[in-house]
Amino acid sequence: MEQRIEATAPVASAKNGAKNGSRNWSEPLAFVIMVALLAIAPMAIYPMFVMQALCFALFACAFNLLIGYVGLLSFGHALYFGWASYLAAHSAKVWGFPPELAIATGTATACLLGIVAGSLAIRRQGIYFAMITLALAQMMFFFALQMKFTGGEDGIQAVPRGKLFGTIDLTDQTNMYITTVVIFLLGFLLIYRIIHSPFGEVLKAIRENEARAISLGYKTDRYKLMAFVLSATLAGLAGSTKAIVLQIASLTDVDWPMSGEVVLMALVGGLGTVFGPVAGAFIVVAMQNYLAQVGQWVTVIQGVIFVICVMAFRRGVIGEIAHYLKIKL
Amino acid sequence: MFEIFGIPSTALFGQLLIGLINGSFYALLSLGLAVIFGMLNIINFAHGAQYMMGAFAAYLLLDWIGIGYWWALIVAPLLVGAVGVVIERTLLQWLYKLDHLYGLLLTFGLALIIEGLARNHYGSAGLPYTVPESLQGGRSLGFMFLPNYRAWVIAASLIVCLGTWFVIERTKLGSYLRAATENPVLVRAFGINVPLMITLTYGFGVALAAFAGVMAAPIYNVSPQMGSSLIIVVFAVVVIGGMGSIMGAIVTGFGLGVIEGLTKVFFPEASNTVVFIIMALVLLVRPAGLFGRRA
Repeated sequence: MEQRIEATAPVASAKNGAKNGSRNWSEPLAFVIMVALLAIAPMAIYPMFVMQALCFALFACAFNLLIGYVGLLSFGHALYFGWASYLAAHSAKVWGFPPELAIATGTATACLLGIVAGSLAIRRQGIYFAMITLALAQMMFFFALQMKFTGGEDGIQAVPRGKLFGTIDLTDQTNMYITTVVIFLLGFLLIYRIIHSPFGEVLKAIRENEARAISLGYKTDRYKLMAFVLSATLAGLAGSTKAIVLQIASLTDVDWPMSGEVVLMALVGGLGTVFGPVAGAFIVVAMQNYLAQVGQWVTVIQGVIFVICVMAFRRGVIGEIAHYLKIKL
Repeated sequence: MFEIFGIPSTALFGQLLIGLINGSFYALLSLGLAVIFGMLNIINFAHGAQYMMGAFAAYLLLDWIGIGYWWALIVAPLLVGAVGVVIERTLLQWLYKLDHLYGLLLTFGLALIIEGLARNHYGSAGLPYTVPESLQGGRSLGFMFLPNYRAWVIAASLIVCLGTWFVIERTKLGSYLRAATENPVLVRAFGINVPLMITLTYGFGVALAAFAGVMAAPIYNVSPQMGSSLIIVVFAVVVIGGMGSIMGAIVTGFGLGVIEGLTKVFFPEASNTVVFIIMALVLLVRPAGLFGRRA
């Protein structure tokens, strides 16, 4: 069996696993710091930027659930993010759904797509898995391009934010900010719970040695599919929220560069770390915002970062910090 | 002029020809991917970008120093192949011990860099590259018009594909290659320079992509994004065919090109997606791919 994507995190977790008797304090502490930062962030940074970054952070966390904990590299996660975004935008704008229902519609769409694409993709491993997910995402990109309701090149613009539960007016920036933070934190905690559950332990076992997991009697395909669907669904939650926050759903969200971007976010932050994808998402979104004036160079810079990360920096930012401090993050 | 299933024969054969042309490129590119994967255990995501580099090399050779199509057909693959050798020596060789996926991520990064640089310099619009004089015009076959250049592309890629198959499956060098794919340590113990073989294999795979790029230049415009949309289809082709077999890659490439061409005639809406749909069906029926062996 060849080694799965591990490089860093599993080694750290294995070490910590040995002294597992002492309770893990670093992750809850980091969580508290993250929440505190999110609480004060709007005073220092443009709230719109934080909201956008949070949507991508949730997206990256969902992606990381697959690559970091099951060792499956999906190169087509834009499919769930983008299509959820379309459905949320369409249901809010055309069907007049309130935001909570619109987000639920988008998330459910991603879940269904995840079931279909996942059951195809998990039939192959490793490199083929990546190519299959990419190809399926590209197919759905063409559907999005051809279908009427997506608005083709224009996308769905001016999506109404509406009133959450009929009372909270989301056109108010503060309300929207709090809502986004709450959605992000719920998604984040769900992923945290999944990773630290018995189910998550089986996923890690599959990542480390699938043949052995099978020999222990685990139906690994079911576990992989379940993880895939969870990841797709949460990516959909991120995409739907993005449609409400930015009030737009467009082809950019379903196209393959978006799939590459989410890989970059997780890689920069640290594959298989809990907080890595969040940090990675903020770094990548900040880079796009602040480097907007250099235009096309963003692609080149992203490519250079990919190369540097793979060659010299496989733990990512958070992974390096965790490794240096010898803690779990 | 006659009709087949209510479709005028010229339209049908015309699309069939386009299908064969696309199939030539699928075959050349998936062949390169398979050869590289066999030796390096890396999926070369930069393959599309290297195909684009081939087309750009041909364009620039003509534009800067007036080297025409025929020389470009040799020089451009050599140049781009040399770039491939440098990439393998400086970057890829450090990744062989790691998970395959890092190779994919690295070459994806390289593809972004190459494409981004090309777009910065030349914009997104295509640059024209004229068909060489000796291949201009065409002939009428009675049921359709066959442009000379297109006939040449199909013939040339068939020859290159079959030549590659012959070298790998039927010569001594090829048997070294196949042996090194199975067990590099043992082959090295026999005194064969395996790292050099790996480097040259990557260079050769990249050169194949560049060769396809040069041939594509007069048909499609030379543009920075010509490779990225193609490479995803080629990935699907590779999943359908399985990378275990050289002949499998060639047959699948041409076959899918033809199927895509026919879809354009009978059901144009699905022409972009038919390859992916076939991939999904193959995964349901034969998960290892048509020519693949179960790992």
